[in-house]
Amino acid sequence: MSIIIDETTKLAVSGLTGREGSFHGLRNKAYGTDLVAGVTPGKGGQDVEGVPVFDTIAEAVTEAGANTSMIFVPARFAGASIDEAIDSGVETVIAITEGIPVLDMLKLYWKAKEAGVRLIGPNCPGVLSPGKANVGIIPAQFFDSGPIGVVSKSGTLTYQIGSELKQAGTGNSSIVGIGGDPIIGSDFIDILTLYEADPGTELIVMVGEIGGDAEERAAEFIAAEVSKPVVAYIAGFTAPPGKQMGHAGAIISGSSGTAQAKKDALEAKGVRVGESPTETAAIAVEVLRSL
Amino acid sequence: MPPRGALAISHVPGRAGRRSSDRVPAAATPSPMDLLEYQGKQLFAKHGIAVPSGEVAGTVDAAAAAAERIGYPCAIKAQVLIGGRGKAGGIKIAKDADEARAHADAIIGMDIVGPHGEGPFRVDQVWVEGGSDIAEEYYASIILDRGEKKLLAMVSAKGGMDIEAVAAEDPEALVKVHVDPTAEFDAAAARPIVEAAGLASDALDQAAEVLARLAEVATEEDATLIEVNPLIVTAGREVVALDSKVTIDGNSLFRHEDLAEIADTVDDPLEQMAKDKGLTYVKLDGDVGILANGAGLCMSTLDVVAQAGGAPANFLDAGGGSKAEAIVNALEVIKADEKVKAILFNIFGGITRCDEIAKGIVTASGEIELGVPLVVRLDGTNSAEGLKILAEADLPNMYEAETMLDAARLVVKLAEENR
Repeated sequence: MSIIIDETTKLAVSGLTGREGSFHGLRNKAYGTDLVAGVTPGKGGQDVEGVPVFDTIAEAVTEAGANTSMIFVPARFAGASIDEAIDSGVETVIAITEGIPVLDMLKLYWKAKEAGVRLIGPNCPGVLSPGKANVGIIPAQFFDSGPIGVVSKSGTLTYQIGSELKQAGTGNSSIVGIGGDPIIGSDFIDILTLYEADPGTELIVMVGEIGGDAEERAAEFIAAEVSKPVVAYIAGFTAPPGKQMGHAGAIISGSSGTAQAKKDALEAKGVRVGESPTETAAIAVEVLRSL
Repeated sequence: MPPRGALAISHVPGRAGRRSSDRVPAAATPSPMDLLEYQGKQLFAKHGIAVPSGEVAGTVDAAAAAAERIGYPCAIKAQVLIGGRGKAGGIKIAKDADEARAHADAIIGMDIVGPHGEGPFRVDQVWVEGGSDIAEEYYASIILDRGEKKLLAMVSAKGGMDIEAVAAEDPEALVKVHVDPTAEFDAAAARPIVEAAGLASDALDQAAEVLARLAEVATEEDATLIEVNPLIVTAGREVVALDSKVTIDGNSLFRHEDLAEIADTVDDPLEQMAKDKGLTYVKLDGDVGILANGAGLCMSTLDVVAQAGGAPANFLDAGGGSKAEAIVNALEVIKADEKVKAILFNIFGGITRCDEIAKGIVTASGEIELGVPLVVRLDGTNSAEGLKILAEADLPNMYEAETMLDAARLVVKLAEENR
């Protein structure tokens, strides 16, 4: 089993006619994802290697049956595309774009919530359900299917851990990159909820980083609501306060948002936290084998 | 003047002030941008919030001339992005022209160290403003609450002091209310907040209006933090913002041309060099230079180097799809830090191809004299091809490591040997 995307996913890619959008959209298609449409205003009626392009996401829903939208348009237009996607009738919106103003995301977060649309990202690598579907930029070759659900703020760090899990002979139900921005559509808690309910997931690996308090909130949630074992990794112990470490959300503000505070909060609730990506993967394998 | 305190979010400044520039915007992740006091006040004035009138000056003569125009008493205020300016001697009141000149002379060029040892920050500019006759000192702020995904309005009748101390000692004195993201936040919506904070009854209407306008600054100017401490009531019962602390979302600058101009400079020359090259770079204090692809992997690399007993010199994210040119640029920036004794490249190729990285390293070694050992760890997409390219190039002083941990231990050892 898997979460968010699978064989029933019918994907519409906003920005499919662009360089990055076509590269990754067609890569997702080659993986086996059912790419049903591209969306670019003014380019309706064209096609990208046989995939029909529509002017609006709503047309991709009514004409091509899209149920999932991937946003792959430049930052200054991405907010409007997410807004359009929420209204279009799709169930899930996965926003890859980096650099969307945070106050736009604040509005879109509440709009998506109100509409009952699942929003993943922005500034995220997307979602991969190995063997079923890939929506985004996650390199699928480093992941096998298996019983470990991964949820992460970081892309390459996830690839590193996934690769080590694969080398250890196990794999993943799904890999969800929730993104590194201060306000994201789905937080750790949202994804933990899905993994908890997913019969194909036996163990959850959660990869966090400095900034905000999503990991601390997740720790409380895990203690109260998650029966499956959770193993965590936190990046940014050496990050200085006040400096943004790559991701817009990866910033220690005053004394809040430190890696140590997050590790302490998770460990206080019985979550094992690895010292390195390698150790995290090793702990996950050890816990899995003890189940 | 009391120290400026920020609740929950305190700031380490990113830049020294406004400098003109015609640089091409870089592709690096833009950082949040802190405004100087006077820049924040200019935004306030644009949105109808009362601020004392004043002028910015970069020389003693300009400050003295500004003081003459403004009249006495006037305040001479150091424009640096750090709290505790008053205690550090960066804010003085001038009663006449002689005092104005003397204060400006003392403040311009002084180095201010923050209350937590931040800095020092050189004062390039002062803000000269008319003296205010203060009857009450309040606190008001609007900040983005990431966890709740809402703006948070905070008001206290105990302004003019460190608000974190107020919150710790007398939590009820600080009223905190989240702004409903689906409704308009006007003066009527703000009114119960200022009432709950116990502000003087004759100041409530104006204070509510100010709070609503601060929220307008947040939404219209893309500010993620706005703090006014103190928000004063003058003897004439006018509510005035006597100080400002404003942080603008770096991602929003494409729609704020005026603010983008301010954002164009950073105060660390290496960070500026990296920014000009479109790299996301943060200068740290150690001697192990680091490049990784992806922000999370890069942070993790710093941590693993620290665990191995080393001290990272920098954070440098080469980004997704890193090409040879980016590697040359990255090495130039890392190498420009004279403290660096050894360099670690930690690459997990996803979209990034390790053979491209390897080609970049070979190209760079032909263009730059590294002079320090370089440890390279390549994993992921095309790592075998990448390692082959490096093996064939047989570069002097270059080492390969198989895992992240091996690479970290090796680079730390090499840095120690090279000290």
